[in-house]
Amino acid sequence: MKQRGLIRWLSLLLGLVLIAGCSQAGVATQSSSQAGAASGQGIKKPRVAFVYLGPPGDGGWTYQHDQGRKYLENQLGIKADYVENVPESADAERVLTQLAQNHDIIFATSFGYQDYVYDVAQKFPHVIFMHCAGYKTAPNMGTYFGRNYQASYLAGVAAGKMTKKNLLGYVGAFPIPEVIYNINAFTRGAQSVNPKVKVKVVWSNTWFDPATERQAAGSLLDQGVDVVAAYQDSPASLQAAQERGAYAIGNDSDMGRYVPDAYITNPVWNWGPYYVKVVKEVMDGTWKSGQYLGGLKDGMVGLAPFGKNVPQDVQNLVEKDKEEITAGKLDPFHGPIYDASGELRVPAGSKLTDQQILSMNWFVQGVEGTIPK
Amino acid sequence: MGVMAQLLGAAIGEGTPLLLAALGCLLSERVGIINLGAEGMMLMGAVSTALVSAQGGDVWVALVCGAAAGGVLGVLHALTTVTLRANQIVSGLAITLFGTGLSAYLGKPIAGNPVPGAIPVLNLPLLDKIPWIGPVFAHLDVVVWFSVILAVALFLYIERTSWGLNLRAVGDSPATADVMGIHVLRHRYAYVVLGGMLVGLSGAYLLFSTSPSWVEGMTAGRGWIAVALVIFARWNPVRAVFGAYLFGGLDALGFRIQLMGTETPSYFLKMLPYVLTVVVLMILGLRSRRRYSGMPLSLGSAYVREERS
Repeated sequence: MKQRGLIRWLSLLLGLVLIAGCSQAGVATQSSSQAGAASGQGIKKPRVAFVYLGPPGDGGWTYQHDQGRKYLENQLGIKADYVENVPESADAERVLTQLAQNHDIIFATSFGYQDYVYDVAQKFPHVIFMHCAGYKTAPNMGTYFGRNYQASYLAGVAAGKMTKKNLLGYVGAFPIPEVIYNINAFTRGAQSVNPKVKVKVVWSNTWFDPATERQAAGSLLDQGVDVVAAYQDSPASLQAAQERGAYAIGNDSDMGRYVPDAYITNPVWNWGPYYVKVVKEVMDGTWKSGQYLGGLKDGMVGLAPFGKNVPQDVQNLVEKDKEEITAGKLDPFHGPIYDASGELRVPAGSKLTDQQILSMNWFVQGVEGTIPK
Repeated sequence: MGVMAQLLGAAIGEGTPLLLAALGCLLSERVGIINLGAEGMMLMGAVSTALVSAQGGDVWVALVCGAAAGGVLGVLHALTTVTLRANQIVSGLAITLFGTGLSAYLGKPIAGNPVPGAIPVLNLPLLDKIPWIGPVFAHLDVVVWFSVILAVALFLYIERTSWGLNLRAVGDSPATADVMGIHVLRHRYAYVVLGGMLVGLSGAYLLFSTSPSWVEGMTAGRGWIAVALVIFARWNPVRAVFGAYLFGGLDALGFRIQLMGTETPSYFLKMLPYVLTVVVLMILGLRSRRRYSGMPLSLGSAYVREERS
């Protein structure tokens, strides 16, 4: 009998430990201030929350958003909560609903949250929802993103100058417009300084899986590429490149510390100033719903510091192009642009609109790869 | 290096962590204890290795610590399933959840930081001269060789030694083994813990071989693939070698097929290893009606000394 009692108590204890360990985030349920952030009255100390797709330590996408959150805390002296590892599923709706009960502003930092944010925004009209990379808006819901393809173009310029074989490799996460237009901009940048350049593309079908990304990079290196770029959340592709004596270009955040010998540069996000801007508008009562698209000009998008092996003349060339893009004199998608099959997509003298870029589903000439139907 | 040699090299690289984890699960299952905690054990192995490396620890010390972390979860799994006779599937799932959560918590301070150190490569110039496959095998790291040698050694141990006979007896008929004087609980504890250590080692190896830093959830489901691999290998360590490399090879093949410019959806290629596992399960199901499938007969059953079947 004693043993049975012991077993029961141990089972209960183990159960409690597991429940405690597995609960993601306890959110208090005090009701939101009656006036509400979306009412236009302004809030002295708004309660801010972030919803992350991955862990802040991923070294990529979520890491950069978390840097932005910390910047916001430092600049405005407020506490910003966050919930990490929230899947793009019904679970996101649960998390958003819980957060909406005691926060004034919620930043949802992944495209896949779009419908859940939209639904929860209807239920909590006094809470402001900001959705990253989406296109749906509501009176209390706005969207924000950046023209990161501008920085991809610049990374391409550097890659085009540094390749010896005129063969670049690109590991893409998923065949979605965001990744496709970055591959295209990268290719256009490389071709602007080296018309012979070809870019081979493989899809990893994952945002974060170091082993798979490494395999993908390995398959490109086996094809003879001497620069590997990756639109991924982990630096594994870059590490594979360094081990095989190739150059590497990362994504989202400065990945130079992982591969000091192979590193060229990479596009980076700088969300902090924008987060401060939004929260200040809420504090002042001037916030309005809309779609914000930043870029090199406002600093939302940038280029990481160059690696130690990037020659000064390459750095100067990239800086020159950066100034021209910022000044509006150079556009990565100005015509003429031919697609991979040789069809003219953008005539000379014109350029793609934001809407055309954000829905891009074709490769430019020089890209070798397929976009699954 | 030819295309096939490149593919083989990629298969070995991707397959080695799977092989180590599968061997760990296999050891546990051969004594009748299902191990569904592999994912959690791998993650704990990886985070422990990363923490030791971050403190400037030697690569070998870090790998041993990774194995030890897997062993600790093995002890926990053995405690719940062998001593407390809890449901093995529930315990395994709990270990996975617990290991996933705890590794994320412990790894917070070092998340995203580059992990110093690398596993030494064993250069064998003699093998370089062998055409086609020579260059692949001439420059593999120490853990790859260890995993293959271990698989063969385990096969010989299980099938050709008296200790191995005891192990099989415990897995097939614990009551009979008990009557013969074999300490069933002691055997189950020992092999579940040893299995846990191998799974932990696979997580540690994954950290060094594929990822430059610790990030939570970095195993990305490989623990579950290892569980499937045990069934695929029909509880045979040598078959597990080929199974692991086949799984790894199919993964690598997917990227190469993409680069050939075919319209085959990449999702379909990712699906192949799992389809193969289901096919093997179906074949095993049909075969087991007629003859022994390789599965330990008491797999999943708790042993209570007082009970006689």
